[in-house]
Amino acid sequence: MTDPYPEHMMESVRRVNATRDERKDMEFDRIPEEESDELLRQWHPDYRKSDPAFFRELAIGPAKGKVVPTEVANVLEAYPRVDPADVDLSEVEYSTELLVIGTGGAGLSAILWANNEGIAMEDILVSTALRLGDSNSKMSQGGIQACDGEDDSPMIHWLDVLSGGHWTNDRPLARDLVEKGPLAIKWLESLGATFDKEQDGDMQLLMAGGASRKRIHSCKDYTGLELTRVLMDEALSRDVNTLEFCPTVSLLTDGSGAVAGGLLWNMETEEYHVVRSKATVIATGGFGRLHVAGFPTTNHYAATCDGLVSAYRVGADIIHMQSTQYHPTGAAYPEQIVGLLVTEKCRSMGAQLVNDDGEAFIYPLEPRDVESAAELKEIGEGRGITTPTGQDGIWLDTPMIDEKRGEGALEDGLAAIYRLFTRFGIDPTEYPVLVHPTLHYQNGGIAINRETQVVKPDGSPIENLFASGETTGGVHGDNRLMGNSWLEIVVFGRKSGISAAKHAKKAKMPKKSDLSLAHLDRYSKELEKAGIETERRTPIILPNYLGQNTMKATGYGKEKPFKRRLDLFA
Amino acid sequence: MSQNQEVEKKDRPESEMATIYIMGKPYEVPSELTIMQAQEYAGYRLIRGVGCRGGYCGACTTIYRKKDDYKLYIDLACQTKVEDGMYLVQLPFVPARKPEWDLDELEATSEEVIRIFPEITRCVSCNTCTQACPQNLEPMRAIQAIRRGDLEKAADLSFDCISCGACSARCPAEITHYHVFQLVRRLYGKYIQPKAEHVTQRVSEIEEGQYDDQMDELIELPEDRIRELFLDVRAGNEFSLDQNGGEE
Ligand SMILES: Cc1cc2nc3c(=O)[nH]c(=O)nc-3n(C[C@H](O)[C@H](O)[C@H](O)COP(=O)(O)OP(=O)(O)OC[C@H]3O[C@@H](n4cnc5c(N)ncnc54)[C@H](O)[C@@H]3O)c2cc1C
Ligand code: SF4
Ligand code: SF4
Ligand code: FES
Repeated sequence: MTDPYPEHMMESVRRVNATRDERKDMEFDRIPEEESDELLRQWHPDYRKSDPAFFRELAIGPAKGKVVPTEVANVLEAYPRVDPADVDLSEVEYSTELLVIGTGGAGLSAILWANNEGIAMEDILVSTALRLGDSNSKMSQGGIQACDGEDDSPMIHWLDVLSGGHWTNDRPLARDLVEKGPLAIKWLESLGATFDKEQDGDMQLLMAGGASRKRIHSCKDYTGLELTRVLMDEALSRDVNTLEFCPTVSLLTDGSGAVAGGLLWNMETEEYHVVRSKATVIATGGFGRLHVAGFPTTNHYAATCDGLVSAYRVGADIIHMQSTQYHPTGAAYPEQIVGLLVTEKCRSMGAQLVNDDGEAFIYPLEPRDVESAAELKEIGEGRGITTPTGQDGIWLDTPMIDEKRGEGALEDGLAAIYRLFTRFGIDPTEYPVLVHPTLHYQNGGIAINRETQVVKPDGSPIENLFASGETTGGVHGDNRLMGNSWLEIVVFGRKSGISAAKHAKKAKMPKKSDLSLAHLDRYSKELEKAGIETERRTPIILPNYLGQNTMKATGYGKEKPFKRRLDLFA
Repeated sequence: MSQNQEVEKKDRPESEMATIYIMGKPYEVPSELTIMQAQEYAGYRLIRGVGCRGGYCGACTTIYRKKDDYKLYIDLACQTKVEDGMYLVQLPFVPARKPEWDLDELEATSEEVIRIFPEITRCVSCNTCTQACPQNLEPMRAIQAIRRGDLEKAADLSFDCISCGACSARCPAEITHYHVFQLVRRLYGKYIQPKAEHVTQRVSEIEEGQYDDQMDELIELPEDRIRELFLDVRAGNEFSLDQNGGEE
C-alpha cells in the first residue's frame, strides 16, 4: 500500500499514531469560560472587530456606521459592475408580473407559491446565476427542523431559535418561522419528497445541536439534494421560465425609488437583458465564496453576496451581518475537497482533534466557535500541518472511532465521510484526516418585515421589493442552528412568493420611460464623496479562481491571517 | 509572519506538475488540483460545467482519456484529481426532454412511468449506464426495478443521483435516467411511503389557533424570562408560561 499523504505529512501521521493509545482513555476537561473567551478573542475572526483586516465600518449607504466583515465592506464599497451609460433601458426585453432572482430553496418556493397564488407561470421570470437549482440548498445534508414531534410545540422551537441566536433574533420573524414549520414539511411531503420515516410513516426525528427537542427531518444525508430536486421538478413540470447563466447585476428603479425590475447579464453572450416587473423577489443566498477572513468554504460557486449588494444600492438596511458561521471541520486535504463538510458526528463518535506533534489539544465537543478558535491557535502557533498546496490543517483522528467503538463503527455510522475520503485513497479508519474551519453560513443579511418586504433603516418598505432565504437577516439573530435554514427558505420563500403575487395583482406595470439606473449613479457619487477609490466592481457574480489564484494562500492583512484569502477582484 | 513562512518553506515541497490536454491543448498544472481547478489554473473562466464544486449538483461531468489507454472515462471535474496525460472534454449538459406532469393526476405504478417514458422498455441491459455513473450508482438495476414494478427499489437505488447525465449520454436506448428516477421518487414519496400523521395533526393544531395565546404572550416577555423558560424546556419540562402549571 502506498501512503495516502506526502512524506512530510506522513511523518506527522506517525506521531499521531504513536500517541493514539495513550489518548484513547484520555479524559478531557471542558475549558473554563474565561479561557474559552480568551481563545475566541485571540483567534476567532468574529472577535477581531477592531482589526481592519477582518472588519470595517461601512462608510456609505443605508447601513453606514455598521461594522461588517471586511470582505462584505469590500463588495458594498465598490463601484457598480454596470455602467448605466452602457445600458439602453428603452429596449425592454421582458415585462413580467414577477421577477424571481435565484433558484435555491427560497427562490423555488417563491416561484411555486406565487403560481399557487394565481400568477400564471408564464408571467413569472426567473434569473439565476448558474443552472436552475444549483445552489447551497442542493448541498445541504443534515436536515430541516419543524416542531411536529410529540413533545414539541411552536413555543419550544421558538425558544430554541432564540437561544441559538443569542437572543438577538427578530422575534416576530422567528415566530413565523416556527409556526409555519409543520406546514412546510407537509407541503414537501405532498410534493413527493422522500423523508426518513418509520414503517408507519412517522418521521424519524433527530436532535440538532443547540436544540431541546428532536425535530430534524432528514432525507438520508442528502436532504438538500432531495428537497431541491423535488422543488425543481415541480417548477419544471409547471413550465418555469428560467434564464440560466443570466444573473441579475442590478435592480431597476423608477423615479420615485420604487423597484421596477432587474438588469440581467447573459454571462455567455455578454449582453444585458432589461426586465421590468411589478414585483421582484431576491433569493440569491449567502456569501461563502467571499472567503471571509480567508477561509475555505462549503458553499457553491455563485455564493458571492450579490443580492445583498443590489438591495443595498436601492436603500435596503442590513442586519446581523457582523456574525459569520464557521464550521470547525471542513476537509483540508486533499485539495479536491478542501472546505467540504466533515460532519460533527465524527467527533461525537470519538474522533479527536490532534496537532502536528500528535497532541490532542481540546475537548472535541466544545461549541463550534470555540473548536474553530482552538484549531486556529494550534495552526497560528506553528503546530498545524501544511499541505502541498499551502492549506493548513489539524488532524481529526478518525481511526480512534473504530478503536473506541469496535471495527466497522466508522463505516456504519459515517458512510458519507468514509466515501468522501476513500474516493481519494485515504481510508479514514486507518489514517487521520486533515481539517480546517470552513466558512459555512451568512447569519445576517437584508432586513425584511413579516411580509418579506425589503425594508429601509427606518423600517419602511422599499416598494415592489421582496427577499427571502440566506440573503436576509433577522430570523436567526447572531447565529443559526442546524436545520433552521432549510426551514427558513421554505417558510419565507413561500411567504415571499405569496406576498409578491398579492402585490403584483394590485400594482401597475412600471412605465418604460420610468425605468432607471439613477440609483447606481447616486451610489457611485456617494463612494466618490467618501473618498473611496477602488477598482472593485460588484456584484461579483462568480469568484475569480484563475491562474495562480487557484491555489493562492496569501493574506492581505498585516499579520498572516488565514490561508486562502483570495483576491476576488484580481 | 516571516517566521511562519519559513516553517512553510521547510515543510512544503514544491508541487509536482502534470500535463493535461484541455480540448486538445496541453497545459502544465500542479498535480494536486482537481480537473476543475486545473482548468482554472490553465486560465479557463468557468461559467458552465460548474455549480456546487462539491460533488452535489452534477454540473461538471467530464469525459477523458488517458495516454496509452483506450478506455473512455467519465467523472465529476470537481471531485477528480488530474493525472499526467489526461485528455479532457467537458459536457456542459446532456440534453434531455423533461416531460411535464401533474403528480396529483398520476398513479404510482410502473405502467404510469412507462407510459411517460416508453423508452424504458428498450433497455438492453448493457450496463453502460452503471459504468458511466460517477456516483457509483446502479442505474441499470433501477431501470430494471421499474420494469418489474418495484418503484420502491428504484427510488432507493437512485436516491444519490445528482442528475449529471453521464448515464444518459451513453445509453443506447436513449433513456433519460435522471428524469425517470425523479418521477419515480416523487411517486414513491407521495403515494407509496405512508404519510406522517403527526405532521398533519400539528398543522391543524396550529391553524386552529391552539398556540396563539401562548405565543402572543411569549414573544413579548423580557429576555431574562425567556432565558429561564428556555432552560426549563431544555431540562425536559413541558412548556408552561404559568409557574403553577395553568393550562389552556
Ligand atoms: C454544505 C452545506 C450544508 C448545509 N447543511 C444544512 C442543513 O443540513 N440544514 C439546513 O437547514 N441548512 C444547511 N445549510 C444551509 C442551507 O443550505 C442554506 O442556507 C440555504 O440552502 C440557502 O438557501 P437560499 O435559497 O437562500 O440560497 P441558495 O440555495 O444558495 O440559492 C441561491 C441562488 O441564487 C443564485 N444567485 C446567486 N447570485 C445571483 C445573481 N446575482 N443573480 C441571479 N441568481 C443568483 C444562485 O445561483 C442560487 O440559485 C447547508 C449549507 C451548505 C453549503
Ligand atoms: S444515475 Fe446517471 S444521472 Fe444519476 S448520478 Fe449516476 S450517471 Fe449521473
Ligand atoms: S445504458 Fe441504457 S440500455 Fe444500457 S443498461 Fe443502462 S438503461 Fe439499459
Ligand atoms: S460542480 Fe457540482 S458536482 Fe461538480
